[in-house]
Amino acid sequence: MRIPCPLCGPRDRREFFYYGSEDYLNRPVGDDPAAWDAYLHLRDNPAGETRDLWYHEMGCASWLLVTRNTVTHAVLDARLVAAGGEGGASGGDILAKMKSGGAA
Amino acid sequence: MRYSGLKVISEGLFGNRGWKPAWRDPAPKPAYDAIIIGGGGHGLATAYYLAKNHGLTNIAVLEKGYLGSGNIGRNTTIVRANYLLQGNSEFYSHSMKLWEGLSADLNFNVMHSQRGLINLFHSDGQRDAFARRGNMMISQGDDAELLDREGVRSYLPYLDFEQTRFPIYGGLLHRRGGTARHDAVAWGYARAADRRGVDLIQNCEVTGIDIAGGRVTGVQTTRGPIRAAKVGMVVAGRSGQVAAMAGLRLPIESHVLQAFVTEGLKPVIDHVISFGMGHFYISQSDKGGLVFGGDLDFYASYASRGNLPMVEHVMEAGMTLMPMIGRAKVLRSWGGIMDMTPDGSPIIDRTPVEGLFVDAGWNYGGFKAVPASGWCMAHLMATGQPHAVAARFRLDRFATGHLLDEEGTGSQHNLH
Ligand SMILES: Cc1cc2nc3c(=O)[nH]c(=O)nc-3n(C[C@H](O)[C@H](O)[C@H](O)COP(=O)(O)OP(=O)(O)OC[C@H]3O[C@@H](n4cnc5c(N)ncnc54)[C@H](O)[C@@H]3O)c2cc1C
Ligand SMILES: [Zn+2]
Repeated sequence: MRIPCPLCGPRDRREFFYYGSEDYLNRPVGDDPAAWDAYLHLRDNPAGETRDLWYHEMGCASWLLVTRNTVTHAVLDARLVAAGGEGGASGGDILAKMKSGGAA
Repeated sequence: MRYSGLKVISEGLFGNRGWKPAWRDPAPKPAYDAIIIGGGGHGLATAYYLAKNHGLTNIAVLEKGYLGSGNIGRNTTIVRANYLLQGNSEFYSHSMKLWEGLSADLNFNVMHSQRGLINLFHSDGQRDAFARRGNMMISQGDDAELLDREGVRSYLPYLDFEQTRFPIYGGLLHRRGGTARHDAVAWGYARAADRRGVDLIQNCEVTGIDIAGGRVTGVQTTRGPIRAAKVGMVVAGRSGQVAAMAGLRLPIESHVLQAFVTEGLKPVIDHVISFGMGHFYISQSDKGGLVFGGDLDFYASYASRGNLPMVEHVMEAGMTLMPMIGRAKVLRSWGGIMDMTPDGSPIIDRTPVEGLFVDAGWNYGGFKAVPASGWCMAHLMATGQPHAVAARFRLDRFATGHLLDEEGTGSQHNLH
C-alpha cells in the first residue's frame, strides 16, 4: 500500500502512522458526554470507501486525510489536513472544521 | 447419531457407509423465539447454550456464508486464561473450564491440547509485569509459573538466547494454555446445537433488522423475512454493519490480522511460544505446520488479506527468536477481520433496542472466548440479565469511563 503524500509523493505505507477515522476531526465543543463518546469511540466502520487520518511520520510530518477503500486497500486520495496548499484543495475546509470544533 | 470409538471401528469395518450429515439443512421458518445472526464460533455456541442451559430450542442461527467461514476458521487456535484485569480474568477462567470439558460435552473431538503457553520476557521491567500477571492468574484460580532463563532453556533449547538486541530473560509458563482445532469447534457446536433442535440456516444473509416501537420484531434476509422477539448480533468483524441496520453505531473499528502456516514438518515445537519484543507467536499444528502470526496491520480494513510490511515484520521476528525455522517454507498466509474496541475488550450486552442483543468486540482474541461467550450471551438473551462473569462487558462502558484496557495502551481502536 502506498499513500500519495501531497508534499512527498507516493510513499510506502511503512512511513505513515495510522491514527484513525476522520471522526477525530470532529472534536466536540462543549462537555456533552454523548458527543465525546461519539468522537472518541463510536465509528461508522464502513466496508468500502472511508476517510481516515494518517501521519507522515517518517516523511514530512504532515497529517493527511486519506480516502481509501477498506475492502480493496486502494488508496484514492490524500490531502493535507493543515493547509489548503498543494494537493489539498479541501485542506482549508478541514482546517476550518477543526478550528470551529467540528460544528460543520 | 452419537460418535464413539465403537462407531469408528464398526464404520471402518463396513466401508464407512453409515455416516450421516452432521447437521440438517432446514429452510427458514417464518418465525422463531430467538434468532442469532452469525454462524461463527460465538453464534453457534450461543445457540447451543440457549438450547442446553435454557431450554430454548425454537431458535435459528442465520449465516450469510457457510458455517465456520469467518474468523472461527481463520485463527491461530490459541486458548489461554492469562488475563490480568478483573472483568476479563473471571470470564476467561470460566471459558478455560468449559474448554476442559468441551469434547465430552459436545460429543465431538475439538482436539483441545493443553500443551502449555510460554510468554517470553526480555527486560527487568517486562519480568515484573509478567510476575504481576502471573500472580493475578493464580489468585483467579488459574495456573502460572515464572521461569528464569535456564527454566526456559530446559523447555525451548532451540531459541536464540544470545541475540544481542533482545536477550531472553525468562518466560511466564501457563501450563493449561494451548490450542484447539478451530474448525472442529464450529462443527462441534453446530452439530450439538442441531441435535437439540436449533435450525442452522446457511447462505442466509441478514439485510435488515425490523424494529417497531423501540422493540425488535424480526429480520430481513436474502431468504425472506423472519420474525423473532429476540435477536442476537454475533457477527465479529461485521458488527458495525449489522448494528447499523438497527440504527446503532458501535465503538468498533474493523482491522485486518494476518497469520501464516508452513509446510508440514516433524514435531519440533511442543508449546505455544510468544516473543515479548517483536509481536510474534508460534505453535505447531497436529498436521505438522508451523502456525504463526504477529500484530494487526494497524489500519481499518475489511480485506481478508494483509499487506507486506507486516509479513516482513513477522518473518523477521520469527528469525530473531528461532533461526532454526528459516528453512521452513511458508505454505499460506491470510487475514481475518477483527472487531477492535477502543479498550481491546469485548461487549456482551443489551442494546437500546428492546430484544436486540450484541456480542462483539472480540479483537484478535475471541477464539479462546467461544465457550464462555456463548454461555454468557445465551444467559443474557434468555434471562435479560448479564451473566456474572461477563457483567463488565457493557456497551456503555466507553461513555462512562469503565474501560477494560488489558494492555494499558489507551482508548484507541488500533492500539491493542
Ligand atoms: C489470523 C487470526 C488469528 C487469530 N488467532 C487467535 C488466537 O490464537 N486465539 C484466539 O483466542 N483468537 C484468535 N483470533 C480471533 C478469533 O478468531 C475471533 O475473535 C473469533 O473467531 C470471532 O468470533 P466468531 O468465531 O463468532 O467470528 P466469525 O467466525 O467471523 O463469525 C461471524 C459470522 O457472522 C457471519 N455474518 C456476518 N454478517 C452477517 C450477516 N449480515 N448475516 C448473516 N451472517 C453474517 C459471517 O459470515 C461469519 O461467519 C484470531 C483471528 C485471526 C483472523
Ligand atoms: Zn509527506
